[in-house]
Amino acid sequence: MSGNVPANLRYTKEHEWIKVEGNVGIVGITDYAQHHLGDVVFVEVPAVGRVLKAHEQFGVVESVKTVSDIYCPVSGKVVEVNTELENAPETVNQSPYEGGWIIKVELANPAELDTLLDAAAYAKHIEEA
Amino acid sequence: MSTVPLIFEKSTSGKRAITFPRCDVPEVALESLIPSELLRQKPAALPEVSEIEAVRHFTQLSRRNHGVDVDFYPLGSCTMKYNPKVNEEVCRMPGVGFAHPLQPAETAQGNLKMLHTMEQWLCEVTGMDRMTLQPAAGAHGELTGILLIKAYHESRADLARKKVIVPDSAHGTNPATAAMAGFEVVSVKSNADGSVDLAALREVVGADTAALMMTNPSTLGLFDPNVTEVAAIVHKAGGLVYYDGANMNAIMGYARPGDMGFDVVHLNLHKTFSTPHGGGGPGSGPVGVKKILEPFLPVPVVQMQGEQYVWDWNRPQSIGKVHGHYGNFGVVARAYAYCLAYGPELKEVSEYAVLNANYIMAKLRDYYDLAFDRFCMHECVLSAKTLRNEHGVKTLDIAKRLLDEGVHPPTIYFPLIVEEAIMIEPTETEDKATLDRFIDAMQRIAKEAKEDPERVKSAPHTTVVGRLDEALAARKPNLRYRGD
Amino acid sequence: MRYIPITQADKAAMLRDIGVSSTEELFAANIPADVRLTRPLQLPPAITEMEILSHVAELTKSNANLQDYACFLGGGAYDHYIPSAVDTFLRRGEFLTAYTPYQPEISQGVLQVIYEYQSMVCALTGMDLSNASMYDGASALAEAAGMVVAQTGRKKVVIAGSVHPNYRRVVKTYMHGIGVEVVEAPLDHCELDLNKLAGLITEEVAGFIVQQPNFLGHVEQVRAIEAMVHAKGGLYVVCADPISLALLEAPGNYGADIVVAEGQSLGNAPSFGGPYLGVMATREKFARRIPGRIVGATLDTRGQRAFVLTLQAREQHIRREKATSNICSNEALNALAATVYLTLVGKEGLREVANLCVQKAHYAAARIAKLPGYQMACKSAFFKEFTVNCPKPADEINKLLLGKKILGGIPSSVDYPHIPNAMTIAVTEKRTKGEIDALVAALGEVK
Repeated sequence: MSGNVPANLRYTKEHEWIKVEGNVGIVGITDYAQHHLGDVVFVEVPAVGRVLKAHEQFGVVESVKTVSDIYCPVSGKVVEVNTELENAPETVNQSPYEGGWIIKVELANPAELDTLLDAAAYAKHIEEA
Repeated sequence: MSTVPLIFEKSTSGKRAITFPRCDVPEVALESLIPSELLRQKPAALPEVSEIEAVRHFTQLSRRNHGVDVDFYPLGSCTMKYNPKVNEEVCRMPGVGFAHPLQPAETAQGNLKMLHTMEQWLCEVTGMDRMTLQPAAGAHGELTGILLIKAYHESRADLARKKVIVPDSAHGTNPATAAMAGFEVVSVKSNADGSVDLAALREVVGADTAALMMTNPSTLGLFDPNVTEVAAIVHKAGGLVYYDGANMNAIMGYARPGDMGFDVVHLNLHKTFSTPHGGGGPGSGPVGVKKILEPFLPVPVVQMQGEQYVWDWNRPQSIGKVHGHYGNFGVVARAYAYCLAYGPELKEVSEYAVLNANYIMAKLRDYYDLAFDRFCMHECVLSAKTLRNEHGVKTLDIAKRLLDEGVHPPTIYFPLIVEEAIMIEPTETEDKATLDRFIDAMQRIAKEAKEDPERVKSAPHTTVVGRLDEALAARKPNLRYRGD
Repeated sequence: MRYIPITQADKAAMLRDIGVSSTEELFAANIPADVRLTRPLQLPPAITEMEILSHVAELTKSNANLQDYACFLGGGAYDHYIPSAVDTFLRRGEFLTAYTPYQPEISQGVLQVIYEYQSMVCALTGMDLSNASMYDGASALAEAAGMVVAQTGRKKVVIAGSVHPNYRRVVKTYMHGIGVEVVEAPLDHCELDLNKLAGLITEEVAGFIVQQPNFLGHVEQVRAIEAMVHAKGGLYVVCADPISLALLEAPGNYGADIVVAEGQSLGNAPSFGGPYLGVMATREKFARRIPGRIVGATLDTRGQRAFVLTLQAREQHIRREKATSNICSNEALNALAATVYLTLVGKEGLREVANLCVQKAHYAAARIAKLPGYQMACKSAFFKEFTVNCPKPADEINKLLLGKKILGGIPSSVDYPHIPNAMTIAVTEKRTKGEIDALVAALGEVK
């Protein structure tokens, strides 16, 4: 199952997506990831203000039977976290690219985006999985 | 009987089951003895029922539960064997069940002797030099064993050894234990038969290797034919080798981990040695060591001094304590009785455990995929991969359908290296008719998966509750009664 | 062949179906010849059930036991009354021989018992959630130390010197594993020295552990300590006596972050030190940090309330090396005993038990303190245990008491040398006035 892979986003091999709006990157997990996790029951998010390096683990997505670490695609400072997920973690399943966003980071180095997978490359990555 | 209300929901204010004799000493107001700021303002909201209501409540609950005493319970690696009732008498004898841990050793010689004797017997079974009975469970034993290894390396100022190697077929406690002891976990590939990939192992051992942890037979129920080589490779690199004894029921009297080269071993008395699982515990996880690790054993150690047994606390290199007292003595006493019942015939325990598992494998090999096609030891691992791919019926569905047969399902989705795994350990205490009934049920479910998959996927049908909403339980945790 | 129900005819048929002529072939297919054991196990020959019972009776009959001796020993293990109905349920096969309730549909009995146990623990401790129990109070305390370190990221834990010496040892053993420093806070006589404690609680400290009542039996200033600990951002761990919680304030009501207890007092036999019951409870905000199993309520496909193991993603079988702990089991049967016990004694009964302990302990203390050569080691308040100075070392006195079928108190100078010739005496609801008076008389005879 390849799931939905929106064309306007960038992706990591670990199944995170990032959408860039100005100098801010919005980060979440992909449709493929949420499908394989099953019903998401909890999302552990970092504190606002935390500074992350690219590919640093910043949180955890927990389903009934498994737990997945989530990694930040880029370096930056966390400027917002999705507090809705505390009461409705299932949003990650229902709307992984919209309501299910997890954190927003202020990009420290926009050039890092070029090292990420584009939609086609990510779609190929999950086909081969 | 759909649901049984909570005991709190059955409570009526003012009811009591047990009363106590009147206070026979002059009573003084509590507030004059203890500062009021330390006293409770409101009584704890505990149940209020009569004795018959209490007894009926717990009796009704027990009837909603499966146990070995009820029917077959073939959980892989759990060794759900029959729990002898004479062992229940033994642990309740006054000198056992009603001895105080802090009473002077001279007044507990029978118990110290029991511990000393058990140590010797378990060393004989495992081929080790000394044994501590202090750990209260298998995972507790693992932690103790890894801390012993840590202490050993520290005593030799060999502080670069920060890694513990764990095969990817291992039980989750192994890496969790290594992390609790401050080690980094390095995973090493298993071969398809669950044995350690020697080439992969040679790549990861080095001067930073503290230990390798493995179980043998592996979680696939197969003996690792290269086990002595594995131990040699790790030893050559300066590391020690740890044996997870969860699968000991396969080899008693046939082979001993001490002879395979292991430095530390843990046993599960609640698996191999018949002590009851109790719904999740208590267990007991004795740890056996070779001489080099003896100085680090937890305190106190039972020693003989002339004719007397004494507690030896004078062990400067000991890792300290892992349990408040001497471990789960009441569980050890049950295992002691079990050893008395078998003696050297423990070998037959393993013989029949292996016979039963192979019989099941032989009868089911045409209905399920085999994880590996070789005679197994005390457990066999099947897979529902083909059933899933061709009919959409998964291992989970098969497990739930078995519940309708009154049988506890085998272990599912473990080991992780086998897709749609079903791990079956019958143990030696099952009669042939029970084995045949299980085999028949498994064969029928496999047929049903092809002919009527929906019936399997919507199981269970006849249990007191249907499948549970585990997502709800985790999203909106309701972990206690909150009253009105 | 004790518990093996396969006959020789069965065996032959099974070997035929497997396609081998003997079980030896199955072992030879697996175990290389060079690791085979080639001799019988050297263990005493098998004996029958009757012989097992007489063997163990003979072995243990010379032990002192709490049925024949009046027990004044405490230190986390107490001679409390166990109602008869408790053992009824410890013997029920469905509870005794069940495994961990991983298949909830056929484990509703065990799961509901644990949910009720968790509820009772929260009621007693004043906390939001409890786990399904841990091995014992000492190891639960060590796991609590691990929890405060994981939560705060700080690498130092401070523990009151008045915590049970064995518990302190276990905490140190566990903390050594993860490289965390354990500092002991000193005493002033029988309780914590609060002035010295203030100096020890810094912003480097992950948490502070206190025992209430402490090992010597005396009560600590738990409210004053809470203020100190939280002022520096550390977490507050209280190790409480569960019987005392019937009358002493619940730690949840004075700011504890984690409460640990030894649950042996609740319906569990002293059993020479184990199996016991590690109680652990905490606040909702730490729900995903608490180690051990937890049972939650949910609904099944038919809309009925049912119980299930939950928050399992934290545990070893899923999280592996990132798990909250490696713990795999609980003390389910002991938790069952505690649940049945608390149901039988109930809300009022537990208060009655606690009050009887307090009254009898204070009566004993008052009488002993009047004996020449004896005095209370401290003037501070105590609950069901207290410490006295004796005219001779306590272990010598205990030898004399044994002759009168009395198990005397703990010789606590071993761990608290600043209290000379100390004996820590516990008095439970089982001690009659006659037994207490006999103890006093026997102590009075010591020259």
